[in-house]
Amino acid sequence: MDKKQLQRFAVIAMVAIVAAGASHIYTRHTMVTAPSAPAESTSMALAGARGAAGAVPGYLVDPGRAAGQILVVKPEDSVQDAVARAQPGDTIQIMPGVYHQTVYIDKDDIALVGVIHGSDWPTFDGEGKRNDAVLYSGNGVRVENLKIVNYKGNAIMGQAGNNFVIRHNRIANSGVYGIFPEFAQNGLIEYNELTGIEDAAIYVGMCDNIEVAHNEVHGNVAGIEIENSRHAIVENNTAYDNAGGILAFITPGLPIKTTFDVVIRNNFVVANNHKNFGAPGSIVSGVPSGTGIIVMAADDVIIENNFIRDNKNAGIIVADHKSFANITPDPEADPNPDRVSVLWNLFDNNGSDPIKEVRALMVAGLTREGPDLVAVGGGSGSCVAAAGTLKALNIGGWGACKRTSSADIATYLLDKPAAPRALTTADRGKLIYSSVCAGCHAYNVRMVGPPTQIIQALYLGNAQGIADYIANPVKKRADFPPMPPQSHLNADLRLAVAQYLLTVAPPKPVPARP
Amino acid sequence: MRLRLWLLLGASLTGSVQALTVDGIALSQQCPASFELRERVCRLTTPYQAYRSVTDAGVGGLKSGLPKFRDGFSPEQIDLGRLLFFDPVLSSTGKLACANCHRPASAFADVRSRSLGVGGQEVSRNAPSLWNVGFLQRFFWDGRAHSLEEQVRGPLYGALEMGTTPAKLVATLNGIPAYRRLFADAFPAGPANISSEQVYSALAAFESSLVSLNSRYDLYAHGVANALSAPELEGLNVFRSFVARCAECHTPPLFTNQQVAVIGMPEPPGRTFDPGAGATPGNSALRGGFRIPSLRNVALTAPYGHAGQFATLRDTVAFYTGGRGHAVPRGETLHLHWHIWEPKLSSRELDRLVDFLQTLSDESFRPATPTAVPSGLPPAT
Repeated sequence: MDKKQLQRFAVIAMVAIVAAGASHIYTRHTMVTAPSAPAESTSMALAGARGAAGAVPGYLVDPGRAAGQILVVKPEDSVQDAVARAQPGDTIQIMPGVYHQTVYIDKDDIALVGVIHGSDWPTFDGEGKRNDAVLYSGNGVRVENLKIVNYKGNAIMGQAGNNFVIRHNRIANSGVYGIFPEFAQNGLIEYNELTGIEDAAIYVGMCDNIEVAHNEVHGNVAGIEIENSRHAIVENNTAYDNAGGILAFITPGLPIKTTFDVVIRNNFVVANNHKNFGAPGSIVSGVPSGTGIIVMAADDVIIENNFIRDNKNAGIIVADHKSFANITPDPEADPNPDRVSVLWNLFDNNGSDPIKEVRALMVAGLTREGPDLVAVGGGSGSCVAAAGTLKALNIGGWGACKRTSSADIATYLLDKPAAPRALTTADRGKLIYSSVCAGCHAYNVRMVGPPTQIIQALYLGNAQGIADYIANPVKKRADFPPMPPQSHLNADLRLAVAQYLLTVAPPKPVPARP
Repeated sequence: MRLRLWLLLGASLTGSVQALTVDGIALSQQCPASFELRERVCRLTTPYQAYRSVTDAGVGGLKSGLPKFRDGFSPEQIDLGRLLFFDPVLSSTGKLACANCHRPASAFADVRSRSLGVGGQEVSRNAPSLWNVGFLQRFFWDGRAHSLEEQVRGPLYGALEMGTTPAKLVATLNGIPAYRRLFADAFPAGPANISSEQVYSALAAFESSLVSLNSRYDLYAHGVANALSAPELEGLNVFRSFVARCAECHTPPLFTNQQVAVIGMPEPPGRTFDPGAGATPGNSALRGGFRIPSLRNVALTAPYGHAGQFATLRDTVAFYTGGRGHAVPRGETLHLHWHIWEPKLSSRELDRLVDFLQTLSDESFRPATPTAVPSGLPPAT
């Protein structure tokens, strides 16, 4: 087995261990030390970064992808300049020091990897005036080994970038969300530490196929939130000293209306009693301080094998939309949490100081004990294992669980990367012709430019000639305006559209009606 | 002059007058730009079709698929809709066409804050741009209609708008031989007489052909890195940041997530509070809520807001940093959207946002204004 194979084997072995629900302490230790090993020289640092790249699972990065270049950035450099130079597959290596910058990545397969030298991290400092440290829309973006502090909006925000990896970052006091992938499929968030975030430290919004593992979140309003997302696993995290530990929500009023197939397992959810410092009006400002896990309107949620302790309001709340005072109902979203399975968890000392709504349920239930598990509002099909071992309130409609564990769900990550969002389809020539050229050229009708039929006659069999001309057109016809250059299309696209143009057929005549 | 002549001559002579003016009108057999003719109907073709989006909802970032689109009309139906759109014969007075308030020269919106109807009265809301309406799932500022055909009836029959009735509309069109001929061309399987449903269908066909997806922003989204200038990119980053949060509701690629949101915009001076979507029974929580508009071509559609209350883009973006609920009238309790907060945007950031919004302009596929319409009336311009 060569080194690369060994690394891949190690990852597979770890996934297997995690799936078996065992020893997350062990995996955490090995993974944290690997990318952050002290580098004595630049060459060692380079090797470290390559090592980390090799450890990305094959289902997030195409294993056949060629290794790219490494672009080294120092604190006096612009990271954005390096992004502009980088080609897909390249790694931008960020040396220790302080960076007062915002970086955006609108291209695919770029890695931003910090080099950690002893206790020296590359630190992005927003100084309380910059909005975000890292914004990305590209697929296959990886961000790791960065310290991010004092941004106003987010530390790391992705919009629609699939196959992302965000790991081993330390994020403090950086705005509304710390790590916030949105509209993405297939992504991994692991080994990050986040604190001082005024909404959810890790916020997965309107995504599919997400893994959130081995993170430490504390001192935030919410630790980890899975919102309007499907197929997400939250496991082996430590959430403490937040107002709410882990949330699985359907938030109304968003364009994607469902949350289902969420597994919350093997987490420490401890003493989430922080004052709620969410912005007035935010949904999360309605999270009662002292709550370990909240399921709001989400379906098919499994809560298993967590250590849920010392949360003063309640260990787990399962609620519908009506039960949250600050929620405006959405007629297109199902307001009820259905089929929530609370399997074996370890509960201790939850509900010591519940909010008045929970107290009212305690009175109704003739108990003085605050709850490990409380259900409020509608919903059906939920179940609890070994109900006698926990303090439960208002779960009269819940049955015993048929499922005994979530071990059959090893991962929700895809077994190969989500399809790239790229103009690589066979009909890209047609798409560009129709969406760009057709504004000025019709087949046999004079529009702004000469008819396609005439261009075809001039360039018969010479697609390259058209491709060259449109990159740098010259005025040819007295009775037509000059054509604007299409040099923004790269050579491949210009040729594809030229080839398509030569094949455009005349519109079929419509047979005359009798 | 021609209008007066037409009215004086009366129905029996109408045909001969028509023959003088509109005999040459025939419907196009070609799809508009951005559409491809397949099995006799026009199908949208755009590079965005190479992209997917999560749950195919048509919301995301740069390279994300579009929302579900309304296409499948024939070239003739689209072209007939174009003639109807510009023809003032559709209104009760014969003086007001769709295009008078949805002006092609103003990105199919109105330059007035609130358009004037047949009687010269002001309507209550701003006429929205029609670019890209084929992607929308709900219509009107309060979102009460769910198809273009349903929407079309609002202005046609609104007493303050075009003021006609279904019976009058159908009688008028059936009295114009050129329309009888063109409707038969566009709806070969249809009934002998023109029906109101055919009118709605043709107008919907034309409106859904108004596709604007070729802006400089789109070039950048498709991967042309130098399509946007440095200030415009700075604006894009403000736009999509979670500080300003513009992109959370005005979500690419359509720049709307098509939801109804309560954001507490002020009413223009002297106008009473507009409950918007909250006026629908059972919807009181959405009091003051309006459909989130697409921002495509927004730089061309001033004034802004449901009642045209902001004259410039700069004034409009400044609203969002004025403080949560700062313009809510005293005594109103609104459930303001959670994204309305205190972003504390700098003056420079507001300027950059305006720079970015100007990159969303594209009218390369603006259809031609007809030189004559079948009624013989002067077409709206």
